[in-house]
Amino acid sequence: MVVAPVAAGKEPALRALLAAMNSAPGIADPRNALVPFGAFEQLHFARLVVLDDALQVDMKVYGVEPARLPTVLVFIGDCDGAADDALADLAKRAGPGLARIFGHCEGFADGTDVLAWLRARDRRAAASFVNWVGRSVRQVREESALQRALSARVPRQALATPADVQRVRGELVDYVAAEVRAGRLALTPPERTPLDWQLRKLAHLIAVPLVTIAALPFLIVLAPFLVWRLRNLETSDPEVCPRPRAADLEALIELEDRDTTNQYTALGAVKPGRFRRWLLTVLLAFTEYACRHVYTRGFLARVQTIHFAHWFFFDDKTRVVFVSNYDGSHQGYMDDFINKVGWGLNVLFSNGVGWPRTRWLVFGGSRIEQSFKYFQRRHQVPTQVWYKAYPGLALVEMKRNHRIREGLERPAMSDADALAWLRLL
Amino acid sequence: MSSALPVDLDDIQGLVRFGYKHHTEASFVLLRVKDRDAARRWLASVPVSSAVTIEPLPEFAIQVALTADGMRALGIDDAVVDGFAAEFVVGMGNDANRARRLGDVGANDPSRWQWGAGDRVPHVAVLLYAMPGRLAVLQQAIESQCQAGFERMACLATSDLDGIEPFGFTDGISQPLLDWERKRAARDAERTEYSNLCCLGEVLLGYPNEYGGYTDRPLLDRAAAGPMLPSAEDAPDRADLGRNGSYLVLRQLRQDVHGFWRFVDLQAGGDAVRREQLASAMVGRKRDGTPLIVPAIEKIEGGGDPKDLNAFTYRSDRDGLSCPLGAHIRRSNPRNADLPPGPSGWISWAKRTLGFDADALAHDLVASTRFHRLLRRGREYGPGVTIEQALGQPGGNGNDPGLHFICLGANIARQFEFVQNAWAMGVHFDGVANESDPLLGTRAAGVDGASTDGFSLPRADGPDERIAALPQFVTVLGGAYFFLPGVRALRWLAGTPREASP
Repeated sequence: MVVAPVAAGKEPALRALLAAMNSAPGIADPRNALVPFGAFEQLHFARLVVLDDALQVDMKVYGVEPARLPTVLVFIGDCDGAADDALADLAKRAGPGLARIFGHCEGFADGTDVLAWLRARDRRAAASFVNWVGRSVRQVREESALQRALSARVPRQALATPADVQRVRGELVDYVAAEVRAGRLALTPPERTPLDWQLRKLAHLIAVPLVTIAALPFLIVLAPFLVWRLRNLETSDPEVCPRPRAADLEALIELEDRDTTNQYTALGAVKPGRFRRWLLTVLLAFTEYACRHVYTRGFLARVQTIHFAHWFFFDDKTRVVFVSNYDGSHQGYMDDFINKVGWGLNVLFSNGVGWPRTRWLVFGGSRIEQSFKYFQRRHQVPTQVWYKAYPGLALVEMKRNHRIREGLERPAMSDADALAWLRLL
Repeated sequence: MSSALPVDLDDIQGLVRFGYKHHTEASFVLLRVKDRDAARRWLASVPVSSAVTIEPLPEFAIQVALTADGMRALGIDDAVVDGFAAEFVVGMGNDANRARRLGDVGANDPSRWQWGAGDRVPHVAVLLYAMPGRLAVLQQAIESQCQAGFERMACLATSDLDGIEPFGFTDGISQPLLDWERKRAARDAERTEYSNLCCLGEVLLGYPNEYGGYTDRPLLDRAAAGPMLPSAEDAPDRADLGRNGSYLVLRQLRQDVHGFWRFVDLQAGGDAVRREQLASAMVGRKRDGTPLIVPAIEKIEGGGDPKDLNAFTYRSDRDGLSCPLGAHIRRSNPRNADLPPGPSGWISWAKRTLGFDADALAHDLVASTRFHRLLRRGREYGPGVTIEQALGQPGGNGNDPGLHFICLGANIARQFEFVQNAWAMGVHFDGVANESDPLLGTRAAGVDGASTDGFSLPRADGPDERIAALPQFVTVLGGAYFFLPGVRALRWLAGTPREASP
């Protein structure tokens, strides 16, 4: 994530420039003149968002007079390979466009080295969820083309015997091979994960439990106090869940439901005090651990409709930005959240100012439907520019397409597996 | 808890409790306010029927609902109107974003509607129900009473097709059962079984819903609102304008009966048996209402007699082999619980909750049904057409039959709009391959140009049978979001002290 304060007086011009990158409200034109996202084959999603400090007024419920925070422009991309390489590629091939955009920010002058400038403002996420770790844009597109070809080709009839099943599968395998030879389909083998990535992942896999075990004796000793403190705060933390203003709601909705997938960007202040700050830091570290090592194959607990999600700390951990790309409508997304992982939301977001009242960190909170729905809409920020590399495709299809490809590439299949594979088509 | 409080049936309009099926004649009169004071006078005195059971049945029943525009036209303070749900305040027909979400695009585009968009948004709907042969008298009386205060914008006539919707299928079989005795615990807890019993607050404002919470509605300052309105259960010092009221969604849906049966007949190659099978697969029930799920022997809370046509879930048919995943009734009511089924015990529960049960996860693509129920109160219109007639004559002569779809609920966004958007129009509902509701779908291509006009019939011994190029069978001709107020709330709206504010 690149974060850059917007220069004084330049916000209106910046907003107009961002809007000019779109082909529909909020939807980036993949060939727009500034940053032609479609030309970057490693890029899954990207967004440009202007974030202000409007909701800092909520700090007043804690008797804190909110400091004025600068309005910032944020750029976030989800890409294959190393983020820094992608940034370099972007700067190399879209440098002038990026210069025009970030020229509205403080510290960017004519002749500034775009890449160095972006790098200096790049920040790591505190936690990131990737629906299917290692699935590249190319793979998504190739597997989708494969599915379309096979779906159109498969004879749609009952198959009386196992021999029929194997014969039909064999014919389809041959058909794909011929299409690949003819250049009409491509099935690029997945790239090997670089060794240093694997090593870093392994180190992370081991280090977090080690640190946790090392800290465990202290945690056990402190537990009664921590629990007492948590309950104390939970019963006294004020809720701030007023209804969002109609015009603000309209501005958000206008950008939605233009694709199977929608974007979500939200911003909020962390509750004041060291307890919440540390609790959230630890919980996000565990979230990162779970997303990196456990939830890497199509689901985040029960939710299977999130492509990418990130949590970023902001302003010395006094604020958090949450961004995600999800399938379906906003209403459906919120229902998924409340009904499937309401507990998970509470664990993290109840450390934010104004969250509906939780009990024991997991109960209540997001399950207080009306308050939660107001809260999350009120904290949502319109995403000025949003790009998706594969319009129309949903995760449920991408998962199925991947299973089709896997089945295709298996040298042999049992009769039952072959039938199950044909039924995927 | 307050759940012991009895329900004031005499303050609730009857439509919430009854379908008025004995009142076989009905018409829905759509009005716009012409003279505010005269309109208010009429609304203050119109004899609306309550939910109290009356024996013998009265000859007539009158129900009155208002749009947000209507409330404003009556001079209700914006601050009061804005206390209702955002969907209601904005309305159905004049919002391009909503149209996109509801599938009101192409032929369904509000700019083509007969009513409900532009300056054709009704202010008041008067729903008239009468015993056979008595409607004309009632209608004449009501219309002449309304003349002073209102301009008649449209009158939606209905016809009695004996419980059969125009395509020829028995309609209105599945309805949620409202918990009038308030026995169902209104608290936030996971439900692992599908239930047909539904907390009152899912339909009526002012009562706890399935989350155990209250849906937002205008709560007014008691001193300013006066003594007429009931008090809010969750805020006893406030007057509750929403209590005992419900949102009423009305949509006029034209059905191309000729197109439907011609298409199915063509697919069936003219074979009458096959034609019935295909049509049933699209609906999810046979024409007589028998569900395609066999055997239908499950005991379901609030589901009535096990022999009834509603005593089933799709648990035994997860792959859609008996009833296709994309069938109309499966989309409109997936009958699932909060958590996919699995073995008992907390280990299985934890695995399913954390996503580590791959099998459960594969069947966890549909939102929990109990938060998305619709209490349907629609009526058919136009001439009944037999299949033989439908196959013979093309429609489109301005006399096409259809449905005045009506549903009641306490949360338009979570109920009607969700069901319409995610379930009926959703091209990935339960993992189906890019197809929308076989009856309701608009067939509009996706953003990537992918067609959505197919319908898949899964089978055990081969790839899905797939029907392609379904035409659009149902077209939206009009629609609006109304509020069906409690009786006291209606009188308050008609005679409010103007200065009341929340």
